[in-house]
Amino acid sequence: MLRFITGRLIAMVLTLWAVSFVAFAIIQLPPGDYLTTYVATLSANGDRVDPAMIEALRRQYGFGQPYLVQYWKWITGILTRGDFGQSFEWKAPVTTLIWGRLGNSVLVEGLAVLVMWLIALPIGVYVAVRKYSLGDYLATIGGFIGLAIPNFLLALLLMYLSFVWFGTTIGGLFSPEFENARWSLPRVMDFLSRAWAPVLVLATAGTAELIRILRANLLDELKKPYVVTARAKGLPEWKVILKYPVRVALNPLVSTIGWLLPALVSSSVIVSVVLNLPTAGPLLLRSLTSQDMYLAGAIIMLLGVLTVIGTLVSDLLLAWIDPRIRYGSK
Amino acid sequence: MAVETASPVAVAALPKARRESQLALMWRRFRQHQLAVVSLWIVAIFYAVAFLAEFLAPTDPSAYSARYTYAPPQGLHFFAQDENGGWSFQPHVNGYKSEVDPAAMRRTFVVDPEVVIPVRFFAPSEPYRLAGFIPMSVKLMGVENPRDPFYILGADRLGRDLLSRLIHGTRISLSIGLAGVTLSLFFGIIIGGFAGYYGGWFDSAVMRTVEFIRSMPTIPLWLGLAAALPKDWSALQTYFAITIILSLIGWTELARVVRGRFLSLRTEDFVTAAQLDGASDWRIITRHMVPSFTSHIIAAATLAIPGMILAETALSFLGLGLQPPIVSWGTLLQEAQNIRTLATAPWLLTPGICVVVVILALNFFGDGLRDAADPHGR
Repeated sequence: MLRFITGRLIAMVLTLWAVSFVAFAIIQLPPGDYLTTYVATLSANGDRVDPAMIEALRRQYGFGQPYLVQYWKWITGILTRGDFGQSFEWKAPVTTLIWGRLGNSVLVEGLAVLVMWLIALPIGVYVAVRKYSLGDYLATIGGFIGLAIPNFLLALLLMYLSFVWFGTTIGGLFSPEFENARWSLPRVMDFLSRAWAPVLVLATAGTAELIRILRANLLDELKKPYVVTARAKGLPEWKVILKYPVRVALNPLVSTIGWLLPALVSSSVIVSVVLNLPTAGPLLLRSLTSQDMYLAGAIIMLLGVLTVIGTLVSDLLLAWIDPRIRYGSK
Repeated sequence: MAVETASPVAVAALPKARRESQLALMWRRFRQHQLAVVSLWIVAIFYAVAFLAEFLAPTDPSAYSARYTYAPPQGLHFFAQDENGGWSFQPHVNGYKSEVDPAAMRRTFVVDPEVVIPVRFFAPSEPYRLAGFIPMSVKLMGVENPRDPFYILGADRLGRDLLSRLIHGTRISLSIGLAGVTLSLFFGIIIGGFAGYYGGWFDSAVMRTVEFIRSMPTIPLWLGLAAALPKDWSALQTYFAITIILSLIGWTELARVVRGRFLSLRTEDFVTAAQLDGASDWRIITRHMVPSFTSHIIAAATLAIPGMILAETALSFLGLGLQPPIVSWGTLLQEAQNIRTLATAPWLLTPGICVVVVILALNFFGDGLRDAADPHGR
């Protein structure tokens, strides 16, 4: 187990390094550098440009120096001081802007994963046990539609329907009075009364996929002799199914998190924009349209980092429940 | 070492049996998959619409009319009641009467069944070039008087005809899917092919890269790349740039498929035989290996198109993809982004229906192709 974990950790560090490299490449993509833009806005606003300050910034971020030197300054700033650079649109350090928003992102996405599993598990088991029943067909059709409707379209539809039917608009995560309050029971209730929509929207595609995989896995398992043996020994049917085949069928399911998570983070960006959630998505979009590249780069990097960590957690979980992976046998 | 081979004479002497090409075999298997056949028709119809856009669209997609902002869908009626109360075949649309909403102090349109505007099929029009090169001067549908409102699916905020925009958007959205997949296929085959055929460090480097890209959330990456496109680029330049951006990430899946096929074929007897015969690598790849997995690649490519279409729609929807003078499903949906617009003009969501139908059809079609392409299937 220890060897497995160390191997995974090393792989993760390499991936994280690659993530940071890509994020920095995106920062560098737009023509001109941050400082030129900054000076241009300052002069456009009629502010006095202080050469000494510009020089200090130039030295700190290594502008005009080779790509790798700039990358080195940027990444060491992050690792040693937690300094992601300056947001020139908000005139504030990037760090003060992103943490709260990222927290909301993690919260919504985490809930979506949870809901996904809570819905997919019972339905998946049901449709596998009752193969070719009406419920099975319904779940299959629903699954296909869930996969084909882009999340943002579903969000738009939900918004429209709730407006037409209930006369309310859904959107945001908190009512204005709870926006900046500390966490308390009323705030949690308020959050839940608003967060169900984005969580549900985000969970659909993943749920459909999970049900499909669980059904296929479980159908394979149900045919095996050990199930017949368990039944022959007189175990109650629910125990026969839950005790062995479901457990075995769950293993490959856990590993799907590795690709479910990137897709989830991806779609949460766009769903957040539609439903106007205070998560990292809208901030990313805004920073990209205004070419506020340090902010954009930091968000892209942190979303990538979160995804990688999430995947690692799922890998460890998988190794924990499945000894075959833990011991590296085939 | 004496190797027994069938002499050419013996081969020629075989009785001339009816032979079916691989394509015919595939088609036969494909036809058994009914959902896939229906999907093939749907996809074909959509691509036909994309090709015939100028002919099918009643009006110019950018022609606006301040008189009919947010005019609701008229629908197309085929039978009209004449003076004596009898019904006759008369394709028509109904006109509008405007009402002022006293609460919102806003003019809204209501379809007025009293006003009958006859619709002509194969109506003469301004000369145009179909798909850019076939000169024509007739359209599928048109109204006699061009000043009469003709909004079968309704109008948008500038009084532009949604149906015409949808048809032209179909052309852009579907073609960007094809172009993106073609480009991804190009990268995928070259990179995946090299990795699979030669193996070694190049293979592991490629596979690590693929894994890395697939473990990243794609929309933030796409957004980051798309945001760097210069704002002053022309429509065509943006179009190609977006295609390239989509395939920068899209090639990974196809590269994986190609590599997998190469790996499994490399150890097949017929490849070893060709190597022992002294065939060059190029000849082995192009003459022996590629034909045996083209069908797989085509199936994988078909399954990659929906992803491309969705990605373009998402990017344009967020305003970082194609820019407004170009009409695509994404830019059309961008109009429907906020709840106020949606409440006034829910018909602006129609492009969404097209997206869902095409994605579903392409998925079923691709699934059917994949099953049909697998000789060991069933």
